[in-house]
Amino acid sequence: MIKIELSKKLHGTNGQMDLDVDLEIKEGDFIALAGQSGSGKTTLLRILAGLEDAKGTIKIGEDTWLDDKNVLPPQKRKIGFVFQDYALFPNMSVEENLLFVNKDTKLANHLLDLTELSELKNRVPNTLSGGQKQRVSLCRAMMSRPKLLLMDEPLSALDPAMRTKLQNEILTLHKEFGTTTIMVSHDPSEIYRLASRVLVLDLGKIINDGKPKEVLLKTQGSQKFSFEGELLDITKVDVIYVAIVSIGQQLVEVVVSSDEAKNLKIGQSVSVSTKAFSPIIT
Amino acid sequence: MLEILQNLEFTPFLLSFKLAALTTLILFILCLPLAWYLSQTSSKAKPFLEAVTALPIVLPPSVLGFYILFALSQNSPIGAFFDEYFDVKLVFNFTGLVVASCFYSLPFMVQPLQSGFENINKNMLEASYVSGKSKFETIFRVAVPNIKPALMTAIIVTFAHTVGEFGVVLMVGGSIPDETKVASVAIYEMVEIMDYTSAHIYSAIMVIISFLVLLSVYMFNSKQNKKIGGFH
Repeated sequence: MIKIELSKKLHGTNGQMDLDVDLEIKEGDFIALAGQSGSGKTTLLRILAGLEDAKGTIKIGEDTWLDDKNVLPPQKRKIGFVFQDYALFPNMSVEENLLFVNKDTKLANHLLDLTELSELKNRVPNTLSGGQKQRVSLCRAMMSRPKLLLMDEPLSALDPAMRTKLQNEILTLHKEFGTTTIMVSHDPSEIYRLASRVLVLDLGKIINDGKPKEVLLKTQGSQKFSFEGELLDITKVDVIYVAIVSIGQQLVEVVVSSDEAKNLKIGQSVSVSTKAFSPIIT
Repeated sequence: MLEILQNLEFTPFLLSFKLAALTTLILFILCLPLAWYLSQTSSKAKPFLEAVTALPIVLPPSVLGFYILFALSQNSPIGAFFDEYFDVKLVFNFTGLVVASCFYSLPFMVQPLQSGFENINKNMLEASYVSGKSKFETIFRVAVPNIKPALMTAIIVTFAHTVGEFGVVLMVGGSIPDETKVASVAIYEMVEIMDYTSAHIYSAIMVIISFLVLLSVYMFNSKQNKKIGGFH
């Protein structure tokens, strides 16, 4: 069991706020950490890694990483950290990046095999694509056989196809090593595929905590389909109004009445819903 | 022409290069930790330290030379201490030149190193810390190898700047042949005695060497930037 009880004053873009987190995590869980930017997600990860200080306690099984008396430095915490910008060492080859953490060549080769990087092991990071770099970064984070794997938006800089591929690899590694994982993510499909539990952070507090299905499916009342989107434009076509809404990667047109059109502002986030009894999936 | 070249005294050049090499070596060892500290600290002492290390850039060499002379002479506590305990005199000899050059060229070593360290991706250093590596190991295995252009600039510019110094050298060292008469001082003296031929040759040698040194720095740096993709 991992116990986290933390508080820290933050000076964010929205002024001062208190990060206040009280959590218990089962070992081997895959936690997704969601929430708007500036809500304290990255800070929470950094505190867990020991890269930032905070008041409170962090207990990982029998080990205490943080309490009133002791602060264990990041070097001694046995964590893996995957950064959004990969943070590979440019002066070392792929293999050397891994062996830097731990001289276990067997483990390094195994990880490189799992992520299909074996052929690239003598290349330097600057010659790799974004997806390849992030896979190296993931392997490097696993080299210490971490008790806790922390990932800060690891896939947000990659295109959708590469994301899916890497999600599978993250899942493979998570199953094989059974590492307790906390990943910051904004992508609902990613969270749904990977995580066993979602925490939603807002202004430093956890406002939602549950299984991905409970937290992410945004249906209310009797509506069957409901999508969150951004209103891009409203145009008048003859006697009706057509709203253009951006939902995920797609744009859709929705007919609205003149009264509704008056109350809507371009740029606002809207929810598009319908009662569909037999939708067709092709 | 050949005869003039054969009769030319090259000791001043050798002295200049010996002085520059020693100064660069000493400054490199001293400035690496200082530059690292300055790049990482957010202490209130930082601007103070930065201002002090940058002083030699703005001060006239005569001011710097005067203070160094004053501080190192046998009448000062420092000069007296070295004379008494180590039997080393710090002015008007080569040792004094090295000490003075270290002050004079300090900013040219510190500043490129500091800016190199500041431009390193912080996440990369943190990745090293969470991998269990100490600060010391992180500096030497991650930070230093990834600021090669800055290292090269710091070392070469310090070297070249020391070769080119004149005012401080003249004040602290004087012009003792084979001891403190470096190339720049020698040229000054040749002009004074109107030996323009020698002054021309010496000056031309200085220009060519300086140009080649700078050219090699820029060529190395553009190659390095391509290889590691800048500092990131």
